[in-house]
Amino acid sequence: MNKKWILPTLYILFLMLPIYGLLSMSFKTTNEILGGFSFFPQQFTLANYAKIFTDPTWYNGYINSLIYVVLNTFISVAVALPAAYAFSRYRFLGDKHLFFWLLTNRMAPPAVFALPFFQLYSAVELFDTHLAVALAHCLFNIPLAVWILEGFMSGVPKELDETAYLDGYSFWRFFVRIFIPTIAAGIGVTMFFCFMYSWVELLLAKTLTSVSAKPIAAIMTRTASTSGYELGLLAAAGSLTLIPGAIVIYFVRNHIAKGFALGRV
Amino acid sequence: MRKSTNQRAWWLVTPVLLLVAFNAFIPLMTVVNYSLQETFGDNVFFWEGLTWFEKVLRSERFHDSMLRQLLFTGMVIVIEVPLGIAVALSMPRKGPWVSVCLVLMALPLLIPWNVVGAMWNIFALPDIGLLGYSLNSMGFDYDFTQQPVSAWMTTVLMDVWHWTSLVVLLCYAGLCAIPDAYYQAARIDGASSWAVFRYIQLPKLKRVLTIAILLRFMDSFMIYTEPFVLTGGGPGNTTTFLSIDLVKIALGQFDLGPAAAMSLIYFLVVLLICWVFYTVMMRNEEQ
Repeated sequence: MNKKWILPTLYILFLMLPIYGLLSMSFKTTNEILGGFSFFPQQFTLANYAKIFTDPTWYNGYINSLIYVVLNTFISVAVALPAAYAFSRYRFLGDKHLFFWLLTNRMAPPAVFALPFFQLYSAVELFDTHLAVALAHCLFNIPLAVWILEGFMSGVPKELDETAYLDGYSFWRFFVRIFIPTIAAGIGVTMFFCFMYSWVELLLAKTLTSVSAKPIAAIMTRTASTSGYELGLLAAAGSLTLIPGAIVIYFVRNHIAKGFALGRV
Repeated sequence: MRKSTNQRAWWLVTPVLLLVAFNAFIPLMTVVNYSLQETFGDNVFFWEGLTWFEKVLRSERFHDSMLRQLLFTGMVIVIEVPLGIAVALSMPRKGPWVSVCLVLMALPLLIPWNVVGAMWNIFALPDIGLLGYSLNSMGFDYDFTQQPVSAWMTTVLMDVWHWTSLVVLLCYAGLCAIPDAYYQAARIDGASSWAVFRYIQLPKLKRVLTIAILLRFMDSFMIYTEPFVLTGGGPGNTTTFLSIDLVKIALGQFDLGPAAAMSLIYFLVVLLICWVFYTVMMRNEEQ
């Protein structure tokens, strides 16, 4: 009998325990949380969630986050598509250096850029807008998008392009009508990655916003520090941030593994 | 793939170039500016040359956080990579459980980093958290807010929890790409499962493992939010990694000169290690 299932099961159990801790705490009252440890909520309450859904500073945080994440995903993929095509199909002056330079931006620690970004986006008067965060996240998302898309595009035989050009297609008509549908799965995976990295990033998002575009994550850190120990509320807000991620994973579950290998397996 | 030379391809790259240059070049020049000058506000600058670089490179504080950073990154990679390979090897290849495994395993990757920190903070609180309470009731003396060893264990465990799935997914993708014929040949030869792993699976995983280690190195070397929310860099300075230290100097004390010099040294170290990785990876791909 095969005992292989034990390790993945234990691993998933290990992954789920902290998440369970968070979920169970979000259904507890503050008194119960501070009163001591209990595995199940004793006085089950939805008050924490009710507070988040009725208080605009809370639910606007989610809306702000989603706006800049979606904006960033579209900008990144839109400009990365032609660039990745160029890298996968043509040799041009400085192509390898350019590719590595793009990747170095993926390696730059955001902490290094936090203050200059603040000054830059204040200078161009984009500070505290969704666009500022979306553009700032391009720093690491565009290189990643180019890298993944290039992997997927290299898997498409060049004969496809050549046949289309012989049939009289112009470059852009071929690109939009034929090429993009061919690598649709790759684009889906790329969007997933851009969504993921923009959604989880906090340092830059927090630095570039103050009121009108403040992301949910920044609202949580402020609550944690100012209003004392409202652990239940914090846990509920945290639990709600799991939902967009879970939905996105469900949609790309069949392609996710390939995307993680950047299309290069 | 056979590529043709075409200089007009530059037009396709231009939008990316402009956007990334706007985001990368201007801020980087700002950092370089600060690193060479002294300012007392009001946009008045004094040339300082390489003073800040010398000061940072000599400071014990920088050595300590660099050492902690290297130790942390090393520990994380040494634990996550073998664990990731092991889990990927024992995952089912087909059937309904594949999707379940993949979705559940990918979940930690999509949680905002400060929520990861907050979640582990709640999980590990000694008196009311699931982990802390269980460890203490089993007789271990555990309190990550007071004891450096507990704080380190918790931080490393959190990172293992957060990122091992990335290694698993990469390795799983690599394993799925091995043709069945390889395994059949091994079965005919009567190869042991160790031999299958050593001579078939591991060589095929080389490429994805390079990507996995590269990504894990880059991300763990710039880790900031999770340990900041979990321990705040404490107790004392024991979990103050490079990024946390940098933000403390730059935004906490507003010592822009030393912070900028430290940023550049930090960035150069990451760049150097990644360049080595990248060169090795590209050489593999060309073979």
